[in-house]
Order: sequence, then structure tokens, then C-alpha cells
Amino acid sequence: MAVLLETEKVTRVLPGTVPVTLVEDIDLTIGDGEFVAITGPSGSGKSSLLYLLGLLDMPTEGEVRFRGKPTHDLSEEERAAIRLSGIGFIFQFHFLLAEFSALENVMIPMRRLGRIDRREMEARAADILERLGLRDHLRKRPDQLSGGQRQRVAVARALANDPPLILADEPTGSLDSHSSEQVFEILRGIVEEDGKSVVAVTHDLDMAARMGRGIHLVDGRIVSDGPAVAHLSPQLS
Amino acid sequence: MSLTLEIAVTHIRGRLRQTLVSILGVTMGVGFAIAMAALMQGSQDDFVSTLVDAMPHVQITDERREAPVQPADIAFGAVEWHGLRPKEDIRGILNPTAALAALEAWDPGAVSAALSLSGVARYGGTERGVTVFGVTPKDMIAVSTIEDDMTAGALTDLDGAGFAAVIGERLADRLGIEMGDSFDLTVANERSRRIKVVGLFRTGVVATDEGLIYVRLKVAQTLSGRQNAINDIQIRLADANAARMVAARAEAMLGYKAVSWQEANESLLEALQIRNIIMYTVVAAILVVAGFGIFNIVSIITHEKARDIAILKSLGFRQSDIRGIFLAEGALMGGIGGILGSALGYGLTWGLGNVRFELEQATEITNLPVTYDVLHYVIASGLALLTAGIAGYLPARKAARGNPVDIIRGAT
Repeated sequence: MAVLLETEKVTRVLPGTVPVTLVEDIDLTIGDGEFVAITGPSGSGKSSLLYLLGLLDMPTEGEVRFRGKPTHDLSEEERAAIRLSGIGFIFQFHFLLAEFSALENVMIPMRRLGRIDRREMEARAADILERLGLRDHLRKRPDQLSGGQRQRVAVARALANDPPLILADEPTGSLDSHSSEQVFEILRGIVEEDGKSVVAVTHDLDMAARMGRGIHLVDGRIVSDGPAVAHLSPQLS
Repeated sequence: MSLTLEIAVTHIRGRLRQTLVSILGVTMGVGFAIAMAALMQGSQDDFVSTLVDAMPHVQITDERREAPVQPADIAFGAVEWHGLRPKEDIRGILNPTAALAALEAWDPGAVSAALSLSGVARYGGTERGVTVFGVTPKDMIAVSTIEDDMTAGALTDLDGAGFAAVIGERLADRLGIEMGDSFDLTVANERSRRIKVVGLFRTGVVATDEGLIYVRLKVAQTLSGRQNAINDIQIRLADANAARMVAARAEAMLGYKAVSWQEANESLLEALQIRNIIMYTVVAAILVVAGFGIFNIVSIITHEKARDIAILKSLGFRQSDIRGIFLAEGALMGGIGGILGSALGYGLTWGLGNVRFELEQATEITNLPVTYDVLHYVIASGLALLTAGIAGYLPARKAARGNPVDIIRGAT
């Protein structure tokens, strides 16, 4: 399994009168095709770690390497370029652009990347949305969709440029159980069928237990990292 | 449409009412700026053309720019001398025939030679100081607009009329004389003659209408007792803007002071330039005020769309992409305002140009002078676009620099 993302002694401290350490000494490796759950109590640094992995935030110390390439010295534009083609983000809330249809929202990353022509973009976006069960909702705007549908559009947008890594911050946190299950199955499909890596922050331990690997954080440090079921069984029981 | 522009359009469409108010601000600013510039430029052009029409483009007089070198200077070089009586030169252009022949050979334009004298006009116990201008009528007509200003008779009526004059209407009123009447004219050397009025003119310039008398050149020469003398050569050019060059060459050729119309009105032209600077400053101020409206609306949009900005950044948009979106919003408002403002400015200029009014002294109904100049539209629209760009850039820069993580955390 090739290494997709790795961190080395990553620490993130928020400056201020009283500096706040978000994560500390994080060493981890994410390989291709891994389905990783990041769990931990509130304020343990799960989302902070996710943003560092996604190059949205920069570590105070340590290094994040994407495909073996150090990112610490990269410019904002270079990191943006990696995010554009290499990483897809899914957040707890869909964060779709309200003025654009589902299809247009999915096309936004493609248009920014600009590798294919407009017709191909439309076909590809429609294909992804159809795959996620949104065939009849391509032209609908976010306010015309249900919560679960919006989140699936957000997943489709994350997949738009076919990135090898999907980072999800509590992707089912705002959904009912039925929609949560739908989204989870989609994420599992992304890993198992497409061979992509998915790293998801979640409070849902049942869901985390069904993922391949579990990383548990406490106070910004990794306290356990291993196969999810085994790893989370003490907490589930 | 590019993605940046498409997002920008959706943003300003989402704030349609405020956007329209901002665009209206720019429209009004550009429109009134153009109308004001058209009016100012129009009045300036009208004023300058009146000035250029009313006076010779180049006037050569019997004066010299430098005080003449005295014989004592030539004879004794650097030796200092006091109380020496200077050489008295006879007034007038020396060897006028040769001077006029030289000008005719060069042919810079229409040339008119004249003898200008100071005198006093008397009629029925009323006296007025006047300038007596001895001219050759057909030459004078070629270098001036006097023929257009005639209200009775013609300048050419002087030919063959003996001691006759064409005088200003105001002078006639002051003296109480009419066409066909005769008055006494005394020039500086106290020769007095009875002069018959064969024509009246009104230029609209009070000093001219009250104080100028045209007579034939020969009459002036007879009155002054200096046959063949001239002290004033007037030149009218096909291109009035070449006057400075022609004056310089004529001065070098003849040695007498040659004054272009620009030099004669230097302080006036400077005042017009200052007026232009004030005008463009006011125009810029109007557009800066309009720019505040754009700044305001783009700031509101960046605040409202902070979450979208964060999301776009997470999707891989660069800071420059984000800046581009909001810059495009400012530029769109400025651009639309500039186009509408140009149309408004054209309409206002047309309206102002068609305002008709009648002046007491004018012979015909007058319109406000306006100028349609593409430069006004380019400057006003360009300034609007620049102001809008800056107004959009400032909040755009702030929005682009924001940390998306802070916004995403805040949103969740």
C-alpha cells in the first residue's frame, strides 16, 4: 500500500496571551485505499488534525507530506493546487453555494481545475450525482433538496476532481440515521470500489467501528491507532 | 462566462437592491461628471474661439522686447555713463514696405498693416478718448471678424469716402451721433478733422465698442502727419495654434515684438487651465464618493459570503481567485455604472446644449456651449472603473487573506 499522506511530529498551537495547543506530536501515515476514523472527545483536536492533513491549516511544528512531498515550505497557491486535485473535503454541513444547482456545485472544482471542457464536466458531474442517487435532482438548488441530498451533493463535489484522498469532518453529524447510513455507504463505496482513501472525523462510534482503521485522540495526542473494531471495542462496550 | 465572473454575478444579484443603488451612484457620478466637463470644455472652447476670432492671431507692433542699445553703449562698451540723453527713435515700423514685402514673401497667412493712434472724438460738447485704427478695409476684413460685427454700413464703405470712419455702436451712443453724422477727431499732435460716420459695429467687447474707430490707413497717416507710417501688422493664420511659432519667426525676421494670441492671453489661458484642474478634481471627488457605495456593498457581500469563501478555498481556490471574484464585483458595478453614466452624460450634455436663452447684447438666440469629447467619457468611466476597482479590492484583499479554518469552525 503506497503512502498517501504522512505527518511527522505535527503540532499546532494557536497563538495568544494563553497559547492553546490543538494537536501535539502527531505521527501518522495514511495509505492508499484506507478508510480511517478519527475519534475522540470534543476539543480533542480531531477537526484540527483533519484541517492540517488537508493543508487548510499549517502546523506550528512538524511536517505534513503529501505523496512524499513536504508541504511546509509550499506557498499558499501550491497548497491550494494540491487541495484542488488531490484532496476532497466534506464538512458536517453541506456548505454548497446557494445560488448554484447541484450540478453546478459539483462542477465548481472541475471548472477551477480546467482540465476538461465544459461538456465533459457536465457529463462527469451528472455521472457522479447519479451514482449517489441524485439523478432527478441535478438542476435543483440546495434549498430544494433535503439535508441528506445536500450532503450527498457535497460528497459528489468532493469527488469532482477524482482526488485520491477524501477528508470528512463529521459528514453525518447533521443527518438523520437513514441519511447517515446512505452517506456512510457512499464513503465505503469510495474506498472499496474506487480505491480512494477516506479519513473521517466522527462522534458516531458505531460508524467508526465499521471503518477499517481508528485513530483516537485525547487532548490533541493520538492515544491509539489501529484496526477500528478492535480499537474502539472498549469504548463501544 | 468564467467561474470567477459567474460567482461575482450571483453575489451581486443576491444583493440586487443595494447593487442597483451603488450602480446608480456611479451612473450619476459619471453622468454629471461628463455633463460638467462638456459644459466647462464647451464654454472654454467657445471663449477661446471668440478670443481667437476677435483678435489677430499674431500682432506685430513697433515695440521691441529688449530696450534698444544706445549709441553710447556701442561706442564705449562697458564704460558706465549717467545722464546721457538717449537716442529718440521715430515711432513706427521702420521701412514698412520692406517689412510687408518680407511677410508677403513668407506668406504665413492674411496680413493687414495699420497705423494705430490715440485721439479724442468730440460731438456736441461730448468728448471720448478713442483709438484710431487706420486700415486697408479689405486687408482688415481678411484678418478679423469686423465684417460680421457690422450693424450698419460696411468697412469697405471707407474706401473712397475721404475722411470717414466706422465706429462702435456704444461710442455712437455715448457721443449721441448716428450714421451719416460727422464728429471732430483730434489725434495726439492736435490735428483735428471732421469725420463722417459711414458704419457702425458691435463686437460685444465693451472696450472695443466704446473706444475704437476705423479709418482708412491714408486718413490715419494724414492725421498723424506721417505719410507711409505703420505701427501695427496683424496676421491671421489658417491654423490659430501655429501662432506662437509664426510670432517667433516674424519677430526674428523683423526685429519687432510679435505677440501671438496665446501670449497676449497667457494669464487668461492659465486661469482656464486652473479651472480645468478644479473641474477634474471635483469630478474625481464625485466618483470617489460613488466608490464608497461600491466599497460598502462589496464589504457586505464579503461578510455575508465568508463561508462560501472558506469553502472555495477548501476546494482549492487560491487567494488571487477569491480576490478576483470581489474585484470583478466592484468592476462590474463600476463598469455598468460607467456605461449607464456615459449614456446619462450624453443625454445631459444634449439637454444642456439645447437650453436656449437670449442675451440683451446678443444678436441672436444663444445656446449653452457644450463639447462632445470622447476623452470626457473615457476619463469619467475610467475613473469610475478605477474607483470601483479599488473599492472592490480593499474588502477583496481582506476576504482572500482570511483563514478558512476559522470561518468553517465558526460556521459549524
